Amino acid sequence: MTTAAATATARTAKAKPATMAQALGRALRDSMAQDPSVHVLGEDVGTLGGVFRITDGLAKEFGEDRCTDTPLAEAGILGAAVGMAMYGLRPVVEMQFDAFAYPAFEQLISHVAKMRNRTGGAMPLPITVRVPYGGGIGGVEHHSDSSEAYYMATPGLHVVTPATVDDAYGLLRASIASDDPVVFLEPKRLYWSKADWSPQAPAAVEPIGRAVVRRAGRSATLITYGPSLPVCMEAAEAAVAEGWDLEVVDLRSLVPFDDETVAASVRRTGRAVVVHESTGFGGPGGEIAARITERCFHHLEAPVLRVAGFDIPYPPPMQERHHLPGVDRVLDAVARLQWEAEH
Amino acid sequence: MTVQELPGAAAYRPTPPPAWKPLTDPAPLLPDPEPYRVLGTDAADGADPELLLRLYAELVRGRRYNAQATALTKQGRLAVYPSSTGQEACEIAAALVLEERDWLFPSYRDTLAAVARGLDPVEALTLLRGDRHTGYDPREHRIAPLCTPLATQLPHAVGLAHAARLKGDDVVALAMVGDGGTSEGDFHEALNFAAVWKAPVVFLVQNNGFAISVPLAKQTAAPSLAHKAVGYGMPGRLVDGNDAVAMHQVLSEAVERARSGGGPTLVEAITYRMDAHTNADDATRYRGDSEVETWRAHDPVQLLERELTGRGLLGEDGIEEARSAAERMAAGLRERMNADPVLDPMDLFNQVYAEQTTQLREQEARLRVELDAENEQHGTDDGGAGR
Ligand SMILES: Cc1ncc(C[n+]2csc(CCOP(=O)(O)OP(=O)(O)O)c2C)c(N)n1
Repeated sequence: MTTAAATATARTAKAKPATMAQALGRALRDSMAQDPSVHVLGEDVGTLGGVFRITDGLAKEFGEDRCTDTPLAEAGILGAAVGMAMYGLRPVVEMQFDAFAYPAFEQLISHVAKMRNRTGGAMPLPITVRVPYGGGIGGVEHHSDSSEAYYMATPGLHVVTPATVDDAYGLLRASIASDDPVVFLEPKRLYWSKADWSPQAPAAVEPIGRAVVRRAGRSATLITYGPSLPVCMEAAEAAVAEGWDLEVVDLRSLVPFDDETVAASVRRTGRAVVVHESTGFGGPGGEIAARITERCFHHLEAPVLRVAGFDIPYPPPMQERHHLPGVDRVLDAVARLQWEAEH
Repeated sequence: MTVQELPGAAAYRPTPPPAWKPLTDPAPLLPDPEPYRVLGTDAADGADPELLLRLYAELVRGRRYNAQATALTKQGRLAVYPSSTGQEACEIAAALVLEERDWLFPSYRDTLAAVARGLDPVEALTLLRGDRHTGYDPREHRIAPLCTPLATQLPHAVGLAHAARLKGDDVVALAMVGDGGTSEGDFHEALNFAAVWKAPVVFLVQNNGFAISVPLAKQTAAPSLAHKAVGYGMPGRLVDGNDAVAMHQVLSEAVERARSGGGPTLVEAITYRMDAHTNADDATRYRGDSEVETWRAHDPVQLLERELTGRGLLGEDGIEEARSAAERMAAGLRERMNADPVLDPMDLFNQVYAEQTTQLREQEARLRVELDAENEQHGTDDGGAGR
């Protein structure tokens, strides 16, 4: 048996259904156990274990000094984390919900993102900011924003978002270990998604910045990340009946952006659709489409299309299904890729 | 129908709530109604002559430093300088009360405090000259980057002090902010965090009367800025910010309190900015000459000089000595600031991430090509370096 095969067997042997939330919690725990400088802080992260229970048990295991319930103040939390990082700690900050991270924007943009640069490299800030983001869980106002474009527009930050249980663990470990600040976007509607996963033998922790092909195909590429990955996978399966063999690329990291994997895929297929639930105008899809056009123009058989949320404030829960791009909207875009036939 | 008319209303008595008392007696936290003073009072007699002389030498140097930096703006050597002339006692005391292991968190106006703490004056000015953001390694002298966005450095001071305490180090952080900065949310959040965490932090507010053009009365309705402390559960102290000895005493006590686990203190120094907000500001639009003259009579350097000469601790020689030391510092600063800084444009890309992204490498390569073309055109070959 090859080593790879042996590892695979060992993994499946111990693997049990686990949720993304559990994998995230485990990543925090393992990081804290391995490195005493890792500290978790935020609102309700201690006794309660966070409103999504991601930090459950950490205060008990590591003490309240390592997993701290802070006063209710996002700028204060992140600002304090800056000072903690200046003194050699590795803070992991939990923002309770996407839209409640906004009070901390000033700290994030002016200090977290820039400290390395401002100090000529003398003072990097190894801070991880965990932000549960996106919709689809029936949250009321201010609980469903897709805020990735704001973070992507800020040089100095890494922006990472897992879509699978394996990646939730691996990418969070890598983020905490990174010497650069990372905005770690947790797709909250995937918190309870499950996979066979073994905390004893998780997949190897990869460096941040690589996209991965989740499904190989020949007729077009769906480029997506986070909460929209399952939608795209489902769309790809459904498209088979229409004669489309779709490739699905999961970006995993929005910054740095893996141009290589994306361009290689689009060159193979000649057609691309970018799918995300954040707004289309000024959203990540515009940037991604432009990058693809610049790199793959002569390989493209059709314009790069975007399937995004509408350009509206996130709708009330009873209306969110109209806003979120679903399988049909993705398939509709795929149909529109038959550019030559139409024009 | 009113409540009284309700049947049985007269007989109704609410159950008293469970007993409640405030967590802390606010009285000991409240500042004195008058700013604390030493110079010109009996308390001055007890002051250590050596400390007085040291403070004096630093004040004279500080005054000269402010004048020299302002002059450098006129010569185009500094893009901008927010002078702390008139506030030197605050700046110097803040630097001198700290031990080497402590940290200073200055605002953009506090270059002088950073220099008095031992930072190379030229390194301290790179931000204002415009060649670098923070021209020094903050860890070397334990001075955080001069902070431009108001009050945002205050939570950093809290976090750092908290981290130090978690690690078992008896390190204190002293954070400086202006009166305008106290209106910012970060000021509130930092004080609240510090008090809840009992973090070893000293907050020093230099109330110099104005936030650019806006007077204190339009900034706050609080009795004093020091009064704000009580709302967070920390002591507030009001000091004459032009009295270097009072500043030194009050800040030393606050630092000691923090070091020994007593938690944070908010110190408000009543002082005055003698110059305009920066060299680019016209202060005559918002304040009258007579106000400025009143404060000139309460000058921090003169106050201490009078005390020292009155007590026979300082004569003409001593004054001359302090002034010529300050002159030497100014001459050195002038000379070094007159040299063009050598900058490498490639540095623009180097310190964004630990490892450069592909995108930045591409952009760096593009700039390199542009610079090479430029150099070829001008026949220079300095590798792209230059002003
Ligand atoms: C968040 C923020 N808003 C606005 C400014 C622009 N600004 C620079 S200094 C200043 C006034 C600050 O006054 P104060 O806090 O009293 O400090 P002083 O300048 O008197 O030392 C303003 C409004 C800024 N630097 N940061």
